[in-house]
Amino acid sequence: MAANMTSADTRGSRLRWLVIAIPLAWMLIFFLIPFFNVLKISFSTRARAMPPYKPVLTMVDGLAGLFDKLQQFTAANYLMLVADSKYWLSYVSSVQIALCSTVLILLVAYPIAYGMARAPRQWRTTLVMLVILPFWTSFLIRVYAWMGILSDEGLLNQLLMHFGLIDQPLRILTTNWAVYIGIVYSYLPFMILPLYATLEKLDETLLEAAEDLGCPPMKAFWKITFPLSLPGVVAGCFLVFIPITGEFVIPDLLGGSGTLMIGKTLWYEFFNNRNWPLASAVAVVLLLILVVPIVIFQNQQQKQAEKAR
Amino acid sequence: MRRGLTWFNATSVALGFAFLYLPILLLVVYSFNESKLVTVWTGFSFRWYGALLNDKAMLDAAWVTLRVAFLSATIATVLGTLGALALVRFGRFLGRTVFSGMIYAPLVMPDVITGLSLLLLFVSLDLDRGFWTLILAHVTLTMCFVAVVVQSRLVTFDRSLEEAALDLGATPTKTFFVITLPLIMPGVVAGWMLAFTLSLDDLVIASFTTGPGATTLPMKIFSQVKFGVTPEVNAISTILILVVATGVIVASLITKRREVERQKAERLALQG
Amino acid sequence: MAGMAIGPIRRSFAPWNDPSAKAFIEFRNVTRSFGDFTAVDNLSLKIYEREFFALLGPSGCGKTTLMRMLAGFDAPTSGEVLLDGQNLAGIPPYKRPTNMMFQSYALFPHMTVWDNIAFGLKQDGMPKADIAKRVEEMLHLVKLETFAKRKPHQLSGGQRQRVALARSLAKKPKVLLLDEPLGALDKKLREETQFELIDLQQRLGMTFLIVTHDQEEAMTVADRIAVMNHGKIVQVATPAEIYEQPNSRYVADFIGEINVLEGRVSASPSGGARLECVAAGATVETRQQVDAKPGDQAWFAIRPEKVRISRDAPADPSVNAVPGEVWDIGYLGDVSIYHVRLASGATMKATITNTTRLVERPISWEDKVWMTWSVDGGIVLTK
Repeated sequence: MAANMTSADTRGSRLRWLVIAIPLAWMLIFFLIPFFNVLKISFSTRARAMPPYKPVLTMVDGLAGLFDKLQQFTAANYLMLVADSKYWLSYVSSVQIALCSTVLILLVAYPIAYGMARAPRQWRTTLVMLVILPFWTSFLIRVYAWMGILSDEGLLNQLLMHFGLIDQPLRILTTNWAVYIGIVYSYLPFMILPLYATLEKLDETLLEAAEDLGCPPMKAFWKITFPLSLPGVVAGCFLVFIPITGEFVIPDLLGGSGTLMIGKTLWYEFFNNRNWPLASAVAVVLLLILVVPIVIFQNQQQKQAEKAR
Repeated sequence: MRRGLTWFNATSVALGFAFLYLPILLLVVYSFNESKLVTVWTGFSFRWYGALLNDKAMLDAAWVTLRVAFLSATIATVLGTLGALALVRFGRFLGRTVFSGMIYAPLVMPDVITGLSLLLLFVSLDLDRGFWTLILAHVTLTMCFVAVVVQSRLVTFDRSLEEAALDLGATPTKTFFVITLPLIMPGVVAGWMLAFTLSLDDLVIASFTTGPGATTLPMKIFSQVKFGVTPEVNAISTILILVVATGVIVASLITKRREVERQKAERLALQG
Repeated sequence: MAGMAIGPIRRSFAPWNDPSAKAFIEFRNVTRSFGDFTAVDNLSLKIYEREFFALLGPSGCGKTTLMRMLAGFDAPTSGEVLLDGQNLAGIPPYKRPTNMMFQSYALFPHMTVWDNIAFGLKQDGMPKADIAKRVEEMLHLVKLETFAKRKPHQLSGGQRQRVALARSLAKKPKVLLLDEPLGALDKKLREETQFELIDLQQRLGMTFLIVTHDQEEAMTVADRIAVMNHGKIVQVATPAEIYEQPNSRYVADFIGEINVLEGRVSASPSGGARLECVAAGATVETRQQVDAKPGDQAWFAIRPEKVRISRDAPADPSVNAVPGEVWDIGYLGDVSIYHVRLASGATMKATITNTTRLVERPISWEDKVWMTWSVDGGIVLTK
């Protein structure tokens, strides 16, 4: 409404322009444009040089040189992703692990968020802070903590053997079980918080009205509470699903050689094999898989932001 | 279904918090373990904290990490606040969809993709990788988080406060610094703290974008952990947890006290 | 600033009737559209110096947009806004000689009462000593001397309202704009404050422009009222004229309670207006000159307090009288409102002042009654 308020004030509008231009330029240079660079390099071939790929486009080539170099681009890296089962199995397994753990996290987070939202009002801020607090402590350290718990001589096995539930240590670390535990643990706050935010806003008189109209509490939950908390469910699911799909630290530290996840594959391709073009191709395909959920997530966040206005 | 805690609600909250805190608690406890084996308790000792003090590489990494976190959080806070203003205040402008997409996407973008793409950019630009490329990378990652935090503060901001300042003769620039900025300050501070801890915490993007001479603490911890669990890592983790937890708790206590004082004042005003 | 005897002067204050008077604020063919929506539609209006002027209308009628164009927060799509002969186009809000009291008060929460009031003066670069003097003056004016050090959240609603008022008056603006200034106060405080506002406006001799949707508030405080609807002004007149001589059914209906009977104009032997209200079963005569031909559709509007109600038939039941049956009685303490069902099925209301403490009513439910009114009681409307 006040869009043209300062239209006459050129100093104001120049300032206004700067406010948009600075962060926009930053994100263009350091976020958007790099993706096209990755795309370009994914069509290159590996080289024993620095940078370890070719062709390297430079200004001094001239047009003829540029044309010559353009012909060196190849789709071989992408063919490799299809041909070698290690790669496409990584994608399938990443998405599978991400989907399963998203459902698991939702199942664990919902009762916690629900309980928090129904807690006495004066406790709620403290409870929210307690959920956020672990999030402030290092992600790496929290994953590391689980290594000590889940290892063969770890606390969990000691405890289970102490109570005589098992005679031999269970192998948990370096299996997908450990990966699931680590993921659920690390991403839990990201699900609890959006769920809590919607559940806390829920008007309790709606439930009283439902009961008054003859709806038993359990049914009222499914008919009233759950549908109204869906925005939180959706936000939470995207907030955990997308980063889990590309997760590296958890499968690398808690998983074993049998744990295939694409973040790990990309990391090894880049750091251990130094195959930058192939790593780029892996990243491009991962991005293509995630582009739909990311766009949905953005739209949802934008809508929420507009609604709050 | 009623107000207050039913046994079901109480149990789920209690179990949830136990799950969240037990691993961290164990980590802290075992940092005081005498034994070199992390999982076998032999006695209380500050041994590993002493070892940490003599580990120059670890201390160097910690110093690099702190400087990177401080600088990148500060730059990211300025940029992120501008970004939030652009999103909330300037309605529709050319490229708004692209812009808001670029603000929200990094929140969920897998670190490996962000890290790789930034690295390839730095290589293409022929930038020497190290301290400053790390800062560029962390600013890019964290400014979006700052923008989202500040944005949530801005959308609830009463625009008529700014209009009143303009109406009383303050120029738009002055209005921003005298009215808007002081009032969104809690959001800006929270954004800075978030950016600081995200930078402190980051392993993946730092591994891609840093160079020799600028190894960060998470990278150091990661390489130690890869060799196996060591009590020294427990010790440094405990210190980190303590520092961050103290910071967060103190910050939230201050806000809470202000809130209580405010409510008290409001009650008094209503009576008087 | 001292309390002058303004009462008698006030009574003759009517610059709008003086063709030579110069408008202080003028809207010339102002239109403001937001996309497809036209908030203000080719509107022209003159407001005079020292006038207390009210913009009245339902929400979304364009009254707030009109005020914001004067303050500079909005600009006309076409047309001009003039203040004291100066075209305001292109002047940003912080350079305009107007100040506004916001509906939410918009008190700066991080500043004390003193700093809030001093804010505008500081922007003008006033010397510190003068600022202090002026702020003290303002605090005295709104009787908040002892609250200078408090922050807005330490004040009650009424005190906040007075701080907002003091802040917007501190710079001695040419026009004070009041955007629903009393909306947040409870009824009793609101009524008190209305009279304080009138008193203040007369003492300061300033021009006040108030936006409100509350017709009682507009009637109480304003010298003149502009009733707005869909971005247009329907009528501009004094409160008494608006109430007694509405120019349309819209204004009649918006201000207070009114009965409206639909009918057709017929030739009148007395030279006034004559209306055949067939559906209601009544013939209406007034002394008014109506710009309509016989056979044209018109409406007769009469306030409930101007309708007499009686069980006895009048001397001449053929004119300005209608029979009916008491359908409902609303007892409000000071008055009772009788809802009377006419033969046509329509309902008419008549208000009776309860002058005695009678529990038993002379007229009761289902009584057959006659409603009558004088030739000056109602008004014939053609739109």
